[in-house]
Amino acid sequence: MNDSTETLQQTPEITRKEMDNPDKTDFRQDYISFRNYNFYYGATQVLFEVNLDIPERQVTALIGPSGCGKSTLLRNINRMNDLVDGIRHEGELLIDGTSAYDPTVEVISLRKRIGMVFQKSNPFAKSIYENVVYGLRVAGRKKKSTLDEAVETSLRRAALWDEVKDRLGESAFGLSGGQMQRLCIARAIANNPEIILMDEPCSALDPVATGKIEDLIHDLKKEYTIVIVTHNMQQAARVSDRTAFFYLGKLIEYDETEKMFMNPAQKQTEDYVRGRFG
Amino acid sequence: MENNASSTSTKSPAPKGEIWVWFTSLGLVLGLAMVLFLFGLILMRGFSFFWPVPVVQLELKEDSESVFRGNTSFAGVIASTQERSLQEIAVEEEILLEEEEEVEADGILGQALQTISEYRVFVGSRDRYGQSFRYFRHNDILERSFPEDIIRAERRVEGDAFFFPQRIQFQDGSEVTREDAIFEDELDRVVKEARSRRSQINRIDRREIGPINLEIRQLTMDLRYLNRIERSEGELTEAQQAERERLTGRIAKLNEQFELLRDQADELRETNQSIRVFYEYADGTNGQIAIGDLFRFYYPNRLGFLQRVQVAGIQFWEFVSGYPREANMSGGIFPAIFGTFVMTLIMSIAVTPFGVITAIYLREYAVQGPLVRAVRIAINNLAGVPSIVFGVFGLGFFVYIMGGTIDSLFFSQAQELGTPTFGTGGILWAGLTLALLNLPVVIVATEESISAVPRGVREGSLACGASKWQTIQRLVIPASLPGILTGMILAMARGAGEVAPLMLVGVVALAPNLPVDGTFPFVHLERKFMHLGFHIYDVGFQSPDSEAAIPTVFATTLILIALIVVLNLSAILLRNHIRKKHKGSAF
Ligand SMILES: Nc1ncnc2c1ncn2[C@@H]1O[C@H](COP(=O)(O)OP(=O)(O)OP(=O)(O)O)[C@@H](O)[C@H]1O
Ligand SMILES: [Mg+2]
Repeated sequence: MNDSTETLQQTPEITRKEMDNPDKTDFRQDYISFRNYNFYYGATQVLFEVNLDIPERQVTALIGPSGCGKSTLLRNINRMNDLVDGIRHEGELLIDGTSAYDPTVEVISLRKRIGMVFQKSNPFAKSIYENVVYGLRVAGRKKKSTLDEAVETSLRRAALWDEVKDRLGESAFGLSGGQMQRLCIARAIANNPEIILMDEPCSALDPVATGKIEDLIHDLKKEYTIVIVTHNMQQAARVSDRTAFFYLGKLIEYDETEKMFMNPAQKQTEDYVRGRFG
Repeated sequence: MENNASSTSTKSPAPKGEIWVWFTSLGLVLGLAMVLFLFGLILMRGFSFFWPVPVVQLELKEDSESVFRGNTSFAGVIASTQERSLQEIAVEEEILLEEEEEVEADGILGQALQTISEYRVFVGSRDRYGQSFRYFRHNDILERSFPEDIIRAERRVEGDAFFFPQRIQFQDGSEVTREDAIFEDELDRVVKEARSRRSQINRIDRREIGPINLEIRQLTMDLRYLNRIERSEGELTEAQQAERERLTGRIAKLNEQFELLRDQADELRETNQSIRVFYEYADGTNGQIAIGDLFRFYYPNRLGFLQRVQVAGIQFWEFVSGYPREANMSGGIFPAIFGTFVMTLIMSIAVTPFGVITAIYLREYAVQGPLVRAVRIAINNLAGVPSIVFGVFGLGFFVYIMGGTIDSLFFSQAQELGTPTFGTGGILWAGLTLALLNLPVVIVATEESISAVPRGVREGSLACGASKWQTIQRLVIPASLPGILTGMILAMARGAGEVAPLMLVGVVALAPNLPVDGTFPFVHLERKFMHLGFHIYDVGFQSPDSEAAIPTVFATTLILIALIVVLNLSAILLRNHIRKKHKGSAF
């Protein structure tokens, strides 16, 4: 299921995005910045001395073999790992220049700035409408017009509006898998965040739904900084501007996607992206 | 997929451990059989209580064993046929009559294997025969017949009776006899009229005199309080004297009203007493009954099937909607049904929020460690504590401490006069005691359903910027509602049938008033109440004629089970409704 897209869409379209996003020099290059970052689950260290600058309004892909710490890194950005007992980190994580772990930073307001889309779509047992406005409601927004507007714009941006506009009041569980995932994307962008984190958002979807979500990512990067974890090399090549390759908790190589796939500097990277890896 | 796997495995030759499948299914079958048998028995015997059966008239041989006080003719309903050995009978009679007669040891041994068969017959008329059931040996019976004209009468006292009505005597002395064509219609009419008079009397007693009585009692208590002050202080202040005058005046006025109403009721009663029905027993002896004491009657040997259904329906309705009479021996069980229902409701309302809050704290906030583990073990063990212990705790904590405190704060006058309000057993304390008893059930069920909420949902919520409490409140609790309701269902099933602890905290065999009624403040949580479970105990094992009470016990059991089923069914329907909304959340 996971890699079914590969068989259908064999050729990476690296060229397309270059035409779409010709100029991004005025955006911050170190919007999310890991500095000598170490991370531990209890006694086991999962991230080792990671130095990574993720640029604003681009798509950065994290790739690497299973268990290398991609999700862990991603979940550090919105401090989702705070839920786990016995975690510890060393080094710095800066988001737009301020430390994410600064005592003055409230984790809730941090998370409001960062939307997240999970591998398994996780709509709430509520109506489609209530799913989209969930973030606004917990932030205390009550005005009907604000909420209505947010629903329409988010669903439009998530390319779901036309499919669901007539049944906003119905349960979100009536949607298809791909629609649910797009609903989760709409939910993530309804808060108007600056960053969107995606952890293998297409791994449970068929090629058509995957294609829709990839198009969506492509559109979204005009306004959002996107970090995406993927196991699908073609997908990484298609959607991302930059790619970071991790191996056993270490950042092995990080560069323009094109370069990473055509001409990687490290042997390990080359082996991995060519599929010659365990 | 799994199905496929198992079907292929059954094809493989003699799989190991297969024999245990039979053992396990045997366990299931046994369990089911026992449950079905129990339900079948209760259903059958419970419903047969309401079903009108034909009445048989038995003519006995003169001088036979079965003859009782010289009567050779009896009418009644055959309850069962049974075999008894002579030895058993002899022993029983010895105990019964305490006769010191020398019974030859050889004789008994010789007769021990010899059995006789006899009918157990419900002959009614406790006032006449002492017991409702008599035994007639088959050999002693000369003749059996099913007389058309015999009626089964439900009487105010002394249970049912079987007799042939002869004549009706009216107030003015005029009579209608059975030879008259209108006799049966007249009998119908006077009984119906008597019934409407009786309900009038009831209305006056309950609705009109009741509140007046209550007020008089309250005012008398205030007056007694003032008198006491006078005695201890020597003299009353001006205001107190004025108050006393007001009270006395008001009481006098209420007494006037009371007497007026009482006269009305007495007049109705008198009418009901002055019209009399004369009748003949099966053996020809005469008797009479005031129309007010004859509640209802029917001709059991004349009924067709549909009429039987109708009579059964009426009797069922009277049973579930009526008030008990004669120390619960007859009449209905409405107060017990209502008391059980209200108490179960109070219990559910108390136990659910308490249990849910506890479970949320334990599962979501408490630091999981040895302490929490110890608390969990304690909670689980709480479920194993004998319920009577909870009763004792309820008595000590709720009734004496909490009730006593409430009384001394708000009802100090009554308390000083020795009539506690909350400081004695009542439906509130009973409900709370049972809530405590069932707390573990709700906590465990809630905890389980909370931990079953997928991690993805929580993370999704937190990622949207929700706080932990917002996540719990908006997603976790709604998603665990079905589990919470499961806990509530279990609690209700257990709570509605629990009797032992209630005996300490407020259940009574006969409560004068319902816990909810038309007098302000409408809900009287301090009142004592009746309960179906306790009713079963009281009627079945505490009544003077327990043999006659057996059908009532079965009928009451049936109603208790039906009530629990109805309560549970409504909770289950609610749960399914909620579940449907959350369907798919666990894919
Ligand atoms: N909650 C946790 N407690 C302890 N160890 C964890 C926890 N979560 C992850 N790990 C460990 O951390 C390492 C990195 O896990 P992570 O989920 O970041 O890998 P990943 O790169 O996302 O892998 P995948 O591609 O399979 O999702 C793994 O060895 C994993 O076993
Ligand atoms: Mg992962």
